[in-house]
Amino acid sequence: MTRKALLGGTSAAILAVLAAGVGLADIRTGGELVINGEIAIVTETEPPEHLAGVFDTIYSGWVFRTDETRAMQADDFDNPGMLYVEQGIEAFNTAMGTEGNSCASCHENPESLAGVRATYPQWDEEHGEVQTVEMQILECQTERMGVAEPYGYDSQEMRNMVALIASVGRGQTVNVAMDGPASEAWELGREIYYTQYGQMELSCAQCHENNYGNLIRADHLSQGQVNGFPTYRLKNANIVSIHNRFRGCIRDTRGEPYAVGSPEFVALELYVASRGNGLTVEGPAVRN
Amino acid sequence: MTQTRRQFVGSGLAVLAAFAGLPHLANAATLDEAIQAFTAGADMGSDGITLIAPEIAENGNTVPIEVTAPGAAAIMILAAGNPQADVCTFNYGPAAGSQLASTRIRLAGEQEVVAIARMPDGSFKQARQNVRVTIGGCGG
Amino acid sequence: MAENVTPRVRVPRDATAGESVSVRTLISHPMESGQRRGSDGNVIPRSIINRFTCEFNGALVVDVEIHPGVSTNPYFQFDAVVNETGTFQFTWYDDDGSVYTDTADITVA
Repeated sequence: MTRKALLGGTSAAILAVLAAGVGLADIRTGGELVINGEIAIVTETEPPEHLAGVFDTIYSGWVFRTDETRAMQADDFDNPGMLYVEQGIEAFNTAMGTEGNSCASCHENPESLAGVRATYPQWDEEHGEVQTVEMQILECQTERMGVAEPYGYDSQEMRNMVALIASVGRGQTVNVAMDGPASEAWELGREIYYTQYGQMELSCAQCHENNYGNLIRADHLSQGQVNGFPTYRLKNANIVSIHNRFRGCIRDTRGEPYAVGSPEFVALELYVASRGNGLTVEGPAVRN
Repeated sequence: MTQTRRQFVGSGLAVLAAFAGLPHLANAATLDEAIQAFTAGADMGSDGITLIAPEIAENGNTVPIEVTAPGAAAIMILAAGNPQADVCTFNYGPAAGSQLASTRIRLAGEQEVVAIARMPDGSFKQARQNVRVTIGGCGG
Repeated sequence: MAENVTPRVRVPRDATAGESVSVRTLISHPMESGQRRGSDGNVIPRSIINRFTCEFNGALVVDVEIHPGVSTNPYFQFDAVVNETGTFQFTWYDDDGSVYTDTADITVA
């Protein structure tokens, strides 16, 4: 696959609009996010090695938001995403499937999974593939719990459970492995990231690498980090999965998105997650 | 209640339809009607009531609003440009610690948020603030 | 009928007599406004929490009349004065006739 020149055809017009934005000077860096007065979140830090020369600093999506949205994430009571975490806790402790087990039967409590979100997606030796948290949950349901109707990849129940697993890992440094057996998927993800999609001929990079901080309509483009997912979007008034967000982005290029849970989106998730190595887990974050 | 883009656009159209005054929404209270029902047309002062709302809301679905009116018996919050202008009314009882009303409201586009306090002596106070609502770049 | 409606409340565990304490409440609820159309083109019927009350030891703190302009997952914050150890009683009234309740205790020294 070839990487087209960034300024070509339709996208030149799009970028002209993007470039009319206010720019990074308008982004208020240097803010501090401490959740519940105890969980320190890294909202800006040095980029991982593979992005040296691309970014001087990587920023959590939190940095791009208004005071009101920022504040909503600083306290679990104010964060509506925690409502879904609570539903996740209930499901965690409820037996499902023919084996009569709940998640708690093996994992005791959600806190025992605190290290998960920061290191996923990761290579699964047994299945010979890179797995997301969602895929791991499905594996538990189908291979260990005997659940006849496992959660849909982007279902409310799945998002609740992933939000729970993220919430107990908040503050942990994102550190996904991109080498070894995961490298093939990582390379695929990287290729997708820089590929222009749709009638608008836009790649992930054109908005989130070249134009973060600029306005797209009246909204600031972020760096497209996924450390805050599943994220509570004010727009949806619900928590939103990473793949749902990817699908929305590609759809907005007027392209044909990959399916949620597809190998392409798993690879893209791994690559995008690796661009946030050094930030901290925030899910469920609050975004617009 | 995850909305698809199509549904979201549809909801926006419903709001537009409301602005156009289509008959099926005629029962929704306008700003003037809602204020009339609360104040019976009384004059309103502007001292002793504070409305805190963001100048720019990132999304009209969830806009944090805070009103204080020391000594008030009730505080009404209205959104002048919504299909139904009255949003909520806090009525205070003897165990209220102060006359604070803080909530999150929906705004169908840029508009004025209005807060009106009814005092125990039957007088009224109001505060108004314009809130711009950001039109986001992307769905998802 | 709204599903998975779960109330949450937060009040301080203890306070001094006569102190004004901050009370925060949140309830998971779609607050369907009655203004939207579903994918079938028909208006989705209104289904909201239309009233919320908070009492402390039987005395009214606040009684909120609620319309569709209140956001999904309604959030209310207000202050209550506590003169004695006791219990807050919270009640949410749904359009469909459901009533959701929660309580919170506070120790007053």
